[in-house]
Amino acid sequence: MTLLGIDNHLPALQVVIPLMGAPLCFLLRRPALAWGFSVAISSATLIIAFLLLQTTLQTGPLSYALGGWAAPWGIEYRVDTLNGYILLLVTAISTLSLLYARTSFEHEINSAQLPLLYAGWLLCLTGFLGMTITGDAFNVFVFLEISSLSSYLLISLGPDRRSLTAAFRYLVIGTIGATFILIAIGLFYSMTGTLNMADLAILLSKNTESRTFHAAIGFLLIGLAIKAAIFPLHLWLPNAYTWAPSAVSVFLAATATKVAIYLLLRFLFTVIGADHSFNLFTLNQALLPLGVLAVLIGSVVAIYQDNIKKLLAYSSVAQIGYMVLGITLVSLSGLTATLLHLFNHALMKGALFMAVGAIFYRTGSLRIADLTGLGRTMPLTMAAFLISGLSLIGLPLTVGFVSKWYLVMGAVEANQMWLAIIILLGSLLAIIYFWKVIEIAYFHHKSSEAPVVNEAPLSLLIPTWILVGANIYFGIDTRLTVGVAEKAALLLLGGAP
Amino acid sequence: MSNLGLYNYWIVITLMMIGFYTVMASHNLVKTLIGLNIFQTSVFMLYISFGKIANGTAPILSESHTLYANPLPHVLILTAIVVGVATTALGLALVVRIKDAFGAVDEETITLEEEKEE
Repeated sequence: MTLLGIDNHLPALQVVIPLMGAPLCFLLRRPALAWGFSVAISSATLIIAFLLLQTTLQTGPLSYALGGWAAPWGIEYRVDTLNGYILLLVTAISTLSLLYARTSFEHEINSAQLPLLYAGWLLCLTGFLGMTITGDAFNVFVFLEISSLSSYLLISLGPDRRSLTAAFRYLVIGTIGATFILIAIGLFYSMTGTLNMADLAILLSKNTESRTFHAAIGFLLIGLAIKAAIFPLHLWLPNAYTWAPSAVSVFLAATATKVAIYLLLRFLFTVIGADHSFNLFTLNQALLPLGVLAVLIGSVVAIYQDNIKKLLAYSSVAQIGYMVLGITLVSLSGLTATLLHLFNHALMKGALFMAVGAIFYRTGSLRIADLTGLGRTMPLTMAAFLISGLSLIGLPLTVGFVSKWYLVMGAVEANQMWLAIIILLGSLLAIIYFWKVIEIAYFHHKSSEAPVVNEAPLSLLIPTWILVGANIYFGIDTRLTVGVAEKAALLLLGGAP
Repeated sequence: MSNLGLYNYWIVITLMMIGFYTVMASHNLVKTLIGLNIFQTSVFMLYISFGKIANGTAPILSESHTLYANPLPHVLILTAIVVGVATTALGLALVVRIKDAFGAVDEETITLEEEKEE
């Protein structure tokens, strides 16, 4: 890897490769070529993310001056354990869901639109990676908009006409959120004259009484809460995830809100500083009720859905609630739980949405009532759904158990037994909405005139089962995920940028 | 300096509220986008106002000037303007597709159509 000193430029390549790949992908015109090309690009980013995380684990944070302009003036890309971990998650999910996407897209989308769709996908990936890797506050906004605009496009290409209105509503709410973030960054800049996050952290801590600062924090929190779909600002999410093409639902459900949660962590802990965020401004007390309500209301609303993707989307709202609860504990185990749940939720929701996509491929329906008998006719798909669903509930030996365990432990350590009870209550509610699906698929007999359905094709099953395997593997061997998550949590609490 | 001395900021707040209200209150999708545009424009003005110092000039070295204004916020906002244009274009493209698919650009009619499919 020392060829041409290319390994020194990995942080820039992480973002530049998918950015350059997107227009090329569009120029390829042939859907199969565009697909192969985007898989190659996405795999390249996965390899880079892996190398970056490995380097930071061995030698500490990497700083890269974009264009050779030194840090506070130029744009700095900064990779530490925390965002290295998120980069790996995003690129891994993107690559897996692209592998899944080909068959699923060919079935759902007009082939003339496919090269455009893959180009949009790569742009969306660029946006996520850029937001994660950058150490510059304004750069965050730019990449946020790149990812948002391309995700509106991806959602609007869904097979149902309701995808258009879902995309439009997401565009309106998302733009307001992004503009709020822009205002906050502007206010930070007007106070300090810098956009570099590390520099901002130092300069902002000198002026915590300023009303500009307080207003900026308000705008920032609301903007990020919209992007992360934190209750009650989650209203864009259920429709967007429900009507998007199946593979897009997999990609967005597993990554979009995770990156926003990462930004929330980065701004609260690094830029504003943990001490200011939680001792001076007591933002945890503002976030705590939102997290509790998200877990309870998200789960209860999920029980009443009759569209399976909508059920999963509301369950996502509840799972984001768990991540918020982990943040509000402001302790090592709380933050570890949040970071673990970021990763684990991506694994389980990815697998669940893939299974649902496979069901849609065969049955053409998203209604839970139409799932009757699928336990027999599509055994492998339903088994994948069952296992990742058990992981969502938090059964031992699955990843869901690990993150809930840390979260409950964090709540008990903080002497908040009621919080531990709410977390367990959330799991009970998850059993109810999940059981509803399982009961229909496995125990209801199909009427004789219903069409015969076959098992989903291997091209859909293999990526699904890789994710299901990851759900079990990381549930048993927790060294990698817990180790990295704990390191990243320590980094956040240490206040080091 | 009196509060009115910083009148740019009053304009920013007024525009922002007009835009925000339009986004929330309007049932017509095109009007929603117009509101969104006004809302974004107010933020452009906010940034431009930060960069202005009374009697400051453009940062070009010259003997007759000693007070310079910071050009960076203006450069930043150029990026944000591009983003705003892209958002509007995408939004309008979606409205065209919605009009094709639902035969309306009115929020209430579209919601009724959607409920029929449930």
